[in-house]
Amino acid sequence: MIDWILLFSNAAQEIISPTTAAYALAALGLAIHFGFTGLLNFGQAGFMMLGAYGFAIATLTFDWPVWAAILTGVVASIVFALILGIPTLRLRADYLAIVTIAAAEIVRLLFTTNTFEPVTGSANGLQGYKGGFEALNPLLLFFGENDLIGFGPWVYNPYDWWVRIFGWSLVALAAFITWRLFKSPWGRVIKGIREDEDAVRALGKNVYFYKMQSLVIGGVFGALAGMIFILPRAVVPSNYQTSLTFFIYAILLLGGAATVFGPIIGSVIFWVLLSFFSGFIARAVEVGWLPFLSNVQAGQLRFILVGVAIMLIVIYRPQGIFGNRKELAFVK
Amino acid sequence: MSSSAGAQGAPIKSTGLHIGEPAPGVKKVDPIIVADNITRTFGGLTAVQVEHLEIPRGAITALIGPNGAGKTTLFNLLTGFDKPDTGEWTFDGQGISGIPAFKVARKGQVRTFQLTKALGLLTVLDNMKLGAKGQSGESLARALFPWFWRKEEQAIEERAIELLTRFKLDAKKDDYAASLSGGQRKLLEMARALMSEPSLVMLDEPMAGVNPALTQSLLDHILDLKTQGMTVLFVEHDMHMVRHIADWVVVMAEGRVVAEGDPHEVMANPAVIDAYLGSHHDEDLGNLDTGVMTAIKELADDDADERKE
Ligand SMILES: Nc1ncnc2c1ncn2[C@@H]1O[C@H](COP(=O)(O)OP(=O)(O)O)[C@@H](O)[C@H]1O
Ligand SMILES: [Mg+2]
Repeated sequence: MIDWILLFSNAAQEIISPTTAAYALAALGLAIHFGFTGLLNFGQAGFMMLGAYGFAIATLTFDWPVWAAILTGVVASIVFALILGIPTLRLRADYLAIVTIAAAEIVRLLFTTNTFEPVTGSANGLQGYKGGFEALNPLLLFFGENDLIGFGPWVYNPYDWWVRIFGWSLVALAAFITWRLFKSPWGRVIKGIREDEDAVRALGKNVYFYKMQSLVIGGVFGALAGMIFILPRAVVPSNYQTSLTFFIYAILLLGGAATVFGPIIGSVIFWVLLSFFSGFIARAVEVGWLPFLSNVQAGQLRFILVGVAIMLIVIYRPQGIFGNRKELAFVK
Repeated sequence: MSSSAGAQGAPIKSTGLHIGEPAPGVKKVDPIIVADNITRTFGGLTAVQVEHLEIPRGAITALIGPNGAGKTTLFNLLTGFDKPDTGEWTFDGQGISGIPAFKVARKGQVRTFQLTKALGLLTVLDNMKLGAKGQSGESLARALFPWFWRKEEQAIEERAIELLTRFKLDAKKDDYAASLSGGQRKLLEMARALMSEPSLVMLDEPMAGVNPALTQSLLDHILDLKTQGMTVLFVEHDMHMVRHIADWVVVMAEGRVVAEGDPHEVMANPAVIDAYLGSHHDEDLGNLDTGVMTAIKELADDDADERKE
C-alpha cells in the first residue's frame, strides 16, 4: 500500500528546505526585474551560478573567509549585471532578453569547459567549500554535531538547521528590503518605467540608471540564492541550465509577478507539489497502479503534473496567488 | 504683453510678442526657445528643416500644420527624445541641444505625448506624485529609510491632490490610471506634467480624442497655465481652439516653418492655405482628407469673421 504519511511528510519538508528558499530568493530577484521594472531577464540561472561559483572558488582557490566568499559572489553578479545592462538597457526590452539568455549559457559553458578545470572543476563541479560556513553554526554551542533536532517531519542535524535558518533569514531580509523599496518613491519610479519609460523620462527621471539599479539588485538576489542553493549540495554546472530560469519564472507567475510574497509562497507551493507528485508516482509505480509506466518515465511525469497544476492556477488565477485581480483586468 | 484669462470665455491675448514683420523665423521680444538650423531626416525623408524659430515666453503658441508636417518630430527634438542631424537651440538662454530627455525635463521644459502615456497600473495619485521633481526618496540609498522622505512625500501628496481637484480627478485618485477615459487620461498627463513646476509646457495634440464635454475644461486649464506665468507650446488641429486661445501661431509644412503670426493674420496668409492644400490644389475637393476639409472650412469662417469686424 502507499504510505501516505510518508508522502505528506516528505512534501512538508519542502516547505522549509534550503532549495525552496533559494528558488524563492531567485524568484524575488526576478520579481524586481520582470514584475516591477518590466525587464525581461532570462538569465537568472547565470546570476545564481556566479553566486555559487563565486562563493565556492573564493573559498577553495583563495582560501578566503565566508564573508569574503559571499562578497565575491555578490560582486561577480554586479559586474555581470553591468556587462549585460550597459549595452542593452538603452534599447528595446527584447534586447535584454536575448542577451541575458545567451550570457547565462556562456557563463555555464565557461564553468563546464575543461580549460579552467583546476579552478572550476569543469563538469564535475566543486565541493568541500562548506567548512567555514559550518564553523559559524551557532547551534553547535548547544547541540552535538550529530544530534537530531526538531519535530514532526522536520527533524535535522544542526548543520541542516543552520542552512535553513541562514537561507530563510536571507529570504526574509530580501523580502523586507523589496517591500520597503516598492513602498518608496524609488519604487514608484521603477513601476512607472514598467508602464511606459518615455513618460517617466519626460518627467525628468534618469530611466537608464534606474533600470540598471533594478538589474543589479535582482541579480544580487539571484547570486545570494545561488549560494543558498549550494549549501546542502555540491556546485554542479549542469544544475544551471536555462530550464532553471524557466522554473523560476513559473514560480513567479504562480505567486504573482509584481508582489513581494508571491515569489516566496510560489516557491513553497512549487516544491511541495513537485515532491508530493514525484513521491506519489514513484510509490504508485511500485505498487502497480501505473503498469504502463517505467520508473524513468515516472520520474518525468512529475514535471507534467506540476505543469498541469501550474496551468490550472494560471487559468483560474492568472494574476498569481498574491496578485491583484484588478491589475490584470487592464493588461489587455 | 499682458496675459490673463478673460472673464467669460474670451481670453485676453498677449500681444506685441514679435519684433518687426511677422514672417517665418521672426525675432521675439522675449524668447524662451531659440532654435537654429534644425534638420532631421529619416532615410531620404526630411521630416524637419527649421532655419530659425523663436518661441515667445509667457504666451500660448500654437504649432499647426497638416499631418506629417514634422510637428511631433520637432517636439521630440526640442525635448531630447530624438537627435537632430544638425541644429542648435537654447532654452532660457542655455544651450540644451543634444542633452538627454530627462535633463531637458529637469530644466523646466516638460512635454506630453500625442499618444497619451498615462501609467496604467499606477494609481492616479501615484501618477501625479511621480511628476514631482527632486524627490530624495527616489534615490535608492534613501528609499529604504522612510524618515528621510516622509515629510516631503506628504507635501507632494498635498500638492498632487490640489492639482487633481483643479482637474476634477480627485475622486479618482485611488483608481488605476488605466480605468480613466481617454479625455481624463489627457487631463491626468497634463496635471502630472504640472507637478514638476515647469516653465515651458509642450502639449502634443492635447485635444485629440477628447470628449467634447471635456474640451472646454482642457482649454481653460491651458489658459490657466499662462495666467500662472508658464509658457505653452501646443500642437493642435482644431482651428477654433487655436484661434480661441493661442497668442501666436507657427505653421509648419513639409518640415519647414512656412508662416508665423497672430492667429487671425496667419489664417489669412496664402502660405497657410497652400500648406493645407499643398499638392491637392488641382484635385477634386472630395478626395481631401477630413483634416484638410476642416482646415479649409475654418479658414473660410475666419475670413467671414474678419469681414464682419
Ligand atoms: N521614427 C520615424 N521613422 C521614419 N519616419 C518618421 C519617423 N517619425 C516621423 N517620421 C516621418 O516624419 C514626418 C513628420 O512626422 P511627424 O513629426 O509625426 O508629423 P506631425 O506630427 O506634424 O503630424 C512624417 O512623414 C513621418 O512619416
Ligand atoms: Mg504629430
